[in-house]
Amino acid sequence: MTQVVIVGYGMAGARCAAELARFGVKAKVLGAEPHRAYNRILLSNLLAGKTDEAGVELPDAVEDVRPGTRVVAIARAERAVHCEDGEVVSYDHLILATGADAWVPPIEGLPEALPDRVAVFRTLDDARRIVALAGSARTALVLGGGLLGLEAARGLATRGLDVHVVHPVGHLMERQIDPDASGILAGTLSGLGITVHTGVSADRYAETPEGVGLCLSDGRTITAGLLVIACGVRPNVDLARGAGLNVERGIVVDDRLRTSDRHISAIGDCAQHRGQVGGLVAPAWAQASVVARVLSGEEPLAAYHPTPVVTRLKASGIDLASMGSLAEEPGHEDLRFADPARGTYARLRIRDDRVTGAVLLGDNPSVGQVIQLFDRGDAVPADRRALLLGRALGGAATAQAAPTPALMPDLTTVCQCNNVSKGAIVSAWRDGHRDTPAIAARTRATTGCGTCTDAVCGISDWLSASEGARG
Amino acid sequence: MTPQDAAPPGQPHEVPTHCPYCALQCGMTLTQSADGRVEVAARDFPTNRGGLCQKGWTAAELLDHPDRLRQPLLHGEPVSWETAYAYIVDKITAIQSEYGRDAVAVFGGGGLTNEKAYALGKFARVALRTKNIDYNGRFCMSSAAAAGMRAFGVDRGLPFPLPDLAGAQTLLLAGANVAETMPPFGRWLADQRANPGAEQIVIDPRATPTARVATLHLQPTPGTDLALANGLLHIAIAEGLVDEEYVATRTREWEQVKRIAAGYWPARVERITGVPIADLERTVRALARRPAIILTARGAEQHAKGVDTVSAFINLALALGLPGRPGSGYGCLTGQGNGQGGREHGQKADQLPGYRKIDDESARNHIARVWGVDAADLPGPGVSAYELLDSLGTDSGPQALLVFGSNPVVSAPNAIHIGKRLRNLQLLVVCDFIKSETAELADVVLPTAQWAEEDGTMTNLEGRVLRRRALRKPPPGIGTDLAVLAELASRLDQSAEPRERHGHPGEGADRAIGDHPTGARFVADPRATFEELRRATAGGVADYAGVTWERVDAEDGVFWPCSSADRAGTPRLFEEGFFTPDGRAVFHPVEHRPVAEDIDADFPLYLTTGRLLAQYQSGAQTRRIGPLRKAAGSAFVELHPDLAARLGISHQQRVRVTSRRGSMTAPARLTETIRPDTVFVPFHFAGEQRVNSLTSDALDPVSKMPEFKVCAVRVEPAEPSGEPEDA
Repeated sequence: MTQVVIVGYGMAGARCAAELARFGVKAKVLGAEPHRAYNRILLSNLLAGKTDEAGVELPDAVEDVRPGTRVVAIARAERAVHCEDGEVVSYDHLILATGADAWVPPIEGLPEALPDRVAVFRTLDDARRIVALAGSARTALVLGGGLLGLEAARGLATRGLDVHVVHPVGHLMERQIDPDASGILAGTLSGLGITVHTGVSADRYAETPEGVGLCLSDGRTITAGLLVIACGVRPNVDLARGAGLNVERGIVVDDRLRTSDRHISAIGDCAQHRGQVGGLVAPAWAQASVVARVLSGEEPLAAYHPTPVVTRLKASGIDLASMGSLAEEPGHEDLRFADPARGTYARLRIRDDRVTGAVLLGDNPSVGQVIQLFDRGDAVPADRRALLLGRALGGAATAQAAPTPALMPDLTTVCQCNNVSKGAIVSAWRDGHRDTPAIAARTRATTGCGTCTDAVCGISDWLSASEGARG
Repeated sequence: MTPQDAAPPGQPHEVPTHCPYCALQCGMTLTQSADGRVEVAARDFPTNRGGLCQKGWTAAELLDHPDRLRQPLLHGEPVSWETAYAYIVDKITAIQSEYGRDAVAVFGGGGLTNEKAYALGKFARVALRTKNIDYNGRFCMSSAAAAGMRAFGVDRGLPFPLPDLAGAQTLLLAGANVAETMPPFGRWLADQRANPGAEQIVIDPRATPTARVATLHLQPTPGTDLALANGLLHIAIAEGLVDEEYVATRTREWEQVKRIAAGYWPARVERITGVPIADLERTVRALARRPAIILTARGAEQHAKGVDTVSAFINLALALGLPGRPGSGYGCLTGQGNGQGGREHGQKADQLPGYRKIDDESARNHIARVWGVDAADLPGPGVSAYELLDSLGTDSGPQALLVFGSNPVVSAPNAIHIGKRLRNLQLLVVCDFIKSETAELADVVLPTAQWAEEDGTMTNLEGRVLRRRALRKPPPGIGTDLAVLAELASRLDQSAEPRERHGHPGEGADRAIGDHPTGARFVADPRATFEELRRATAGGVADYAGVTWERVDAEDGVFWPCSSADRAGTPRLFEEGFFTPDGRAVFHPVEHRPVAEDIDADFPLYLTTGRLLAQYQSGAQTRRIGPLRKAAGSAFVELHPDLAARLGISHQQRVRVTSRRGSMTAPARLTETIRPDTVFVPFHFAGEQRVNSLTSDALDPVSKMPEFKVCAVRVEPAEPSGEPEDA
């Protein structure tokens, strides 16, 4: 049987092992981290204290997993990998799922080995470290106002810390949202105990008796009990580069996720497909599935097709969805709705009836619908207000909601269970069936689920009032 | 000759009984006046509390309907019962001696009384000695049944009585449109909504009448309920709403399910389902406010992953500590009138009476003793309904089929193909009281009694055994299903001397009983049949041993299990524990996967199917009733106005809907209550309006439930605008 070895037991590696197992291929998995596989997406919940470590674990799909086993070299000629502890593991096919590492920008005064009160936010150990630091701190500094930085900030604020976010660009999440959305988001964050400083960079790191401090480009200095650096990630490509594989920003792969060596694939954050490097789980899982299908023979010609990226930030008090591009282009519809007082903002760009980009912030009941329209390239509703204002799908409610029986057309069905129209009830009343039991006996209205009883009563009362004197 | 005496002229009298249609089995009173007219009145029974829908009120209109069959038909021509029986027995005998016993198959129905369902299973195993029996309940309850069995060790639709619903703080209905399928059920829903702070949440791709009165409607993409349920579980874990003590003391296998839930974070589930995260969160928080109840129905179950979808909802219910807690729980809503009893007494391919497994040695021994046969002579498990229908007339499949209480030409999926299979048979026998679409294809049609002309029992959606009472005798020349089975068994026995001779040689003392003629073991009397059913189910999961007709009358029905006449029934199943070996409920790890047939460029829309208030099942009965025809006389294709505009289709215009398996035509009905990527067609109609011509034959790997609820289609005007086609 073909020996498949996976290097990396993160979300991509674990998923790939599970997919292979589903198709009857038992892979050997070597994971550098000492834990069982966990869901990186949930680390912000862990940070916020919303879950414990058991709550972020992923299912064991394979038996042959070796956590805490770091691979240091690939001997391509021998088709073997060398582990840090000296062990050599042979493969027929190797899958690199080495992920990405947090990137720390050069900051004057910040040593390469991060000081005690400074942490990146990438791994389970990072999250543990931040939680430990937060326990003894009242304030926190987060460098980086992207998705990860804001998730970290939200988690720390949930723990009761006063949080400051420093972001060198003019507005938050600049790759995902526009300045107007950023402004409203900053307002929302402020209500949650998070102060945002945009358009300022961190010039210098300094330690203070109370903790840590950043000197900003506008001359201010902010101090706090801990500093979280969330400035993005870099694909972990050292192993691949050392083995002479084709590496650009990530490990270059084709549509079947093969590297320049046909016995080696790469998936997830470490891979570069059609010029794009990852960073999100959905594509990593799709890639894992493709590799598993190809290697197992389930679908030898399976190919990976990138899907559109949707960014979602959802924590108590924050509800943000972003997708596609908001760039100004001629011929695009540009729909906007802003209600800063309620923290709500919606902007959609549409071309040829298709959503090409959107930002939805705050209470937007249409968010699920917009994401699916974008994801699937489906046509948007003719009435665009449905998307901006979240008008629920569905026609008029049933008859009992009618404000007054006088305005109800005779053909309106009052009793659905027995298909009784208003006209039939009026006829029954005029024939002398003057209360609800009598009308029910005659027409069977109200005898099903009974919820039209008020409506029938109302019609009877209305007739008594309008015709009673004559009747 | 007729199996029953002709009824005397009607004396004015009345009987308390139940509606012939759905599993709510509303109480009703039937009155026959001196001139023979039959009137229906609603009855105050603990399930319907005096309610009836239009179907119930008009149920008696079929009794003396001109379409009613009054004589057996052989190849469409009226013949005597003697001729019909002789033909059937000759054919069966010839087919079995040429192709073997399994070459004759039986197809039953979830509308048959307990007595008939029991007798039918016994007839197949003892008189025909074929393994090939299954029934239309496979298309109905099988997914919920399988998931219930593996979680709780028992499958009873509602493990608690209906009034518990009214007390729930939160009620979640997954894929249930009770406002149309069992309208008087709505009384319990209205009561539940009236509780202060109550939440009533409906999951449905359509804004159905049920969804429109709910406090929250989740409108997922068809085929994504499993992801939705796993996503709800994820949030329950993330928000600390799991009942840890309950999970630790009353369940097993939680850890793996918990880890799988970690993979269903809200943003992923939102993208798969289209349901906003905020609504998912609101749902879970509401369910955590006990008492809370989760119910599933066909919308969640009729999928190629139906069993796993139900398991996902059960996992959620278990994590929140609902099942077995007073006022809370999980249940499924049974569809057909005796959908519950019909799945307990042996018309299922792998089952023996009392919800016993046919491959369980002790079950076989017990049933063999009751039936007076050698356990070794009982056939093993057969194949499921769709597999059975799909094999008819093929080299390895049955050459003869006997149909009772079902109309698979309309109700089976991939119906064009199934119709061809039925036509390939050497013998098709249908027992029915009207000429259903399946009876139209039959070699022999035997006219049988209607619900108001027979006694028997039904088991409703609560597991409550009810009495169906005869108001009058069947009209002259009309038989009963039980009489037909008894007569066929007797005749087969007489013609089967050589067959019996090279059967299994007798062993041991039981053989003395086994030497009795097979026909003598079948009786036409329903009460005697029920007494035998009691003995057969004794000790089984669905134990009816202590249920008597007298008790049913005296106690407003008896809930099974009820093991002896001096013990109470069991309205609440899980008060003391679950029916598993260790008494704990079992979590089952389940993963979402795509629908069997996803949309693509050629078939760019989802088709989903369902019911209408004024029709029932294949419509063979209800389409013949004037007021129901007036309310809903034809199929329609429900589509969103935006979709209609893109397709150039206007309201009421005839449209053709086509899948890879076939097409149907019906008028368009434009409504904003449906997603623009989905069309809906009700399944009660035949001919060119038959939506099951399109539905998929993808089956659930466990329950063998077909994927009725979603397949890929395209929609177009039925003819070029303005010029109707001649052909």
